Amino acid sequence: MSDTKNWNRRDVMKAGAAFAAAGAAPMFFTKDAWAAKDFMNNPSNSSTVTLGFNVPQTGAYADEGADELRAFKLAVKHLNGEGDGGMMNTMKPSMLKGNGILGKKVAYVTGDTQTKSDAARASAKRMIEKDGVIMFSGGSSSGVAIAVQGLAQEMGVVFMAGLTHSNDTTGKDKRRYGFRHFFNAKMSGSALGPVLKERMGTDRNAYHLTADYTWGWTQEQSIKETTEGLGWNTAKAVKTPVGAGDFSQYITPILNSGADTLILNHYGKDMINSLTQAVQFGLRDKQVNGKDFQIIVPLYSRLMAQGAGENLKGILGTTNWNWALTDNGSQAFVKSFGSEYGFPPSQAAHTCYVQTLLYANACEMAGTFYPPEVIKQLEGFNFDGMGNGKTEYRAADHQCFKDVLVVEGNQNPSSQFDLLKIVKEVPRSQVEYDASIFGGDLGPYEV
Amino acid sequence: MDAIFLQLLNGLDKGGAYALIALGLTLVFGTLGVVNFAHGALFMLGAFCAVSFQKLLTISMKVRDESITFFEAYKEVPYLEIWFGDFGSMIIDWSVPLSILLTIPTMLLIGLAMERGLIKHFYKRTHAEQILVTFGLAIVVQEVIRHFYGANPIPTPAPDIISGSAPIGLWLGLSENLVYPWWRIIYLTFSIIIITAVFAFLQLTTFGMVVRAGMQDREMVAMLGINVERKFTIVFGMAAVVAGLAGMMYAPILPPDYHMGMDFLVLSFVVVVVGGMGSLRGAVAAGFLLGILQSFASLNEIKSILPGIDQIIIYLVAVVILLTRPRGLMGRKGVMED
Repeated sequence: MSDTKNWNRRDVMKAGAAFAAAGAAPMFFTKDAWAAKDFMNNPSNSSTVTLGFNVPQTGAYADEGADELRAFKLAVKHLNGEGDGGMMNTMKPSMLKGNGILGKKVAYVTGDTQTKSDAARASAKRMIEKDGVIMFSGGSSSGVAIAVQGLAQEMGVVFMAGLTHSNDTTGKDKRRYGFRHFFNAKMSGSALGPVLKERMGTDRNAYHLTADYTWGWTQEQSIKETTEGLGWNTAKAVKTPVGAGDFSQYITPILNSGADTLILNHYGKDMINSLTQAVQFGLRDKQVNGKDFQIIVPLYSRLMAQGAGENLKGILGTTNWNWALTDNGSQAFVKSFGSEYGFPPSQAAHTCYVQTLLYANACEMAGTFYPPEVIKQLEGFNFDGMGNGKTEYRAADHQCFKDVLVVEGNQNPSSQFDLLKIVKEVPRSQVEYDASIFGGDLGPYEV
Repeated sequence: MDAIFLQLLNGLDKGGAYALIALGLTLVFGTLGVVNFAHGALFMLGAFCAVSFQKLLTISMKVRDESITFFEAYKEVPYLEIWFGDFGSMIIDWSVPLSILLTIPTMLLIGLAMERGLIKHFYKRTHAEQILVTFGLAIVVQEVIRHFYGANPIPTPAPDIISGSAPIGLWLGLSENLVYPWWRIIYLTFSIIIITAVFAFLQLTTFGMVVRAGMQDREMVAMLGINVERKFTIVFGMAAVVAGLAGMMYAPILPPDYHMGMDFLVLSFVVVVVGGMGSLRGAVAAGFLLGILQSFASLNEIKSILPGIDQIIIYLVAVVILLTRPRGLMGRKGVMED
């Protein structure tokens, strides 16, 4: 038995140092090992860490891009301990402290995707090679998301996708370095199904107009699966060129097709134009087979609702998130964003803000910026308090699973922002699916 | 049969817009010899005249939604409705047709300013330089509009009473499914009236005679002591008005956005090339012809045989015309043939 009574001050200090060294040993062999590891844009020797926000600043989705950028700036502000903290106060679990990420002040650079895959890749590449970003995020198109996600995998820099709704993003084109918080077409279909059955029954004849690119194809497929599952017939599915402007030549065949439902797999300007013109051709007031003709827009956004105006009233669709949600997380974000900019955030802004916080939190959890370890923290991460209820970043495909909103164009808006009325908050369990159905391969952690 | 009839109407309607833009382009090229790539921007500006007029008429009193505290949410009640009740609502409802009052003087002024301020300095430059400068101008105009109005399309509806469809099937004793939007019928009629008016002006007035003579031989007309340059400046203003009116009337069909001019410009240049550079009749005929071809190529029956033909038909026709008849369908001999 040792004689502790005779310990002097020097002995205590020696023992303390020994304990401290022993206790810190795992950190030396793991954390510092990652820090020492050479990876793309390792910020360990810098007092700041740079994030890249690659959004459409020109082109048809510039307004959506501007809203994404506002959200990113707000997220950076909150991460750096400025402002009211927004969703950092409601996110659970959270290791964010408001002192940057891992003690490093967050800086950012921006790029313009122009909603073109080649421009978005060039912009992301510049951010990675010239500006030294450790993560990049943003975007308003699935084509762009898939293109830059591939680049992220090649260069070993994490990409936290913005607005992308194609099944392919976390399906056949999924990548280890790409993560999507936004919902997808499959989830839209699953959420819409029960509402369509309740409102429109099981005997319908649907006609699809579909934007001719990855997002349109996968949405058409997912909605067809849902409606045919309900017992509906698909009269015809017609691909339309992106940016067609005048859709009259695609709408007139519907008049004589025997269809009683039009499903517009269009987004943004195309949706605004095709819906406006479909209403002008009298489709919304038409009766076919003894039923009222119905129009469905499976993916909605507030900006689209603003563009479509009165034509949108009563038309069903889905959104990822809406500012009118009353949960603590949504309200904290709306308060923060509204106070900063004077209007409520869009769903694109919401997803970008959440993605930034999730990435920062994953770095804190990993104790490093080393991408493979950050990725492992994001994979399978369960969280709450960010709107949409309890959410999981599924490890198998990097798709977030959460409640989905079924909405309709508001018949009687109380303000200029009250354009979409929430019809139903469809629980996460109803929109989940097996990750293997879309194939694809995430690829390696180490690149 | 119904489908073919509807596609014919679609083609004529679309062709009407192409023809109006191509007519202005041809007037400018024929008189001033300028290839004006900013012409699409004039079409877009016309549509934004309708938007601006609508905004002017709907200047509103804002009633705050007190339930929202984080930002200013309000419901707008236009002053016209407050002051004049139903009559005020009716004026707002008719904002697009009424915006013609704003469009004509605005577009004339824009046209004259554009010609005097920029285009005239490039008369003697090469076509490549003209294309570069006018294309640059188009981008500047487009970005100015985006700055003030945003990138999102702005709903600009037709008056309620004509916002639905006309039962043309019942009129013609055909299927009751055969309906066509009233506003598109109005647009087609409007485009025919404007085209006729431009031709009448050029054929039946002294001014028009001078312009036509100038298009044939500018130097000879100048030698007769006529100030051709001044006349041609007015022609440029006229072309701007025609493009502006085409855009203004198109606003209810296609909610205006800052890029809409560029979408139409490319197609309209193809129309001009197919019709024959400098030929007014060619531009109009090719506008309607290509509009109809594009509509028929979109028929499901055609697309099932030739997938994607709807997206390339216009360019395919242009290629064939350029290979077999470089001066276009009605182009003057020697123009664009070297």
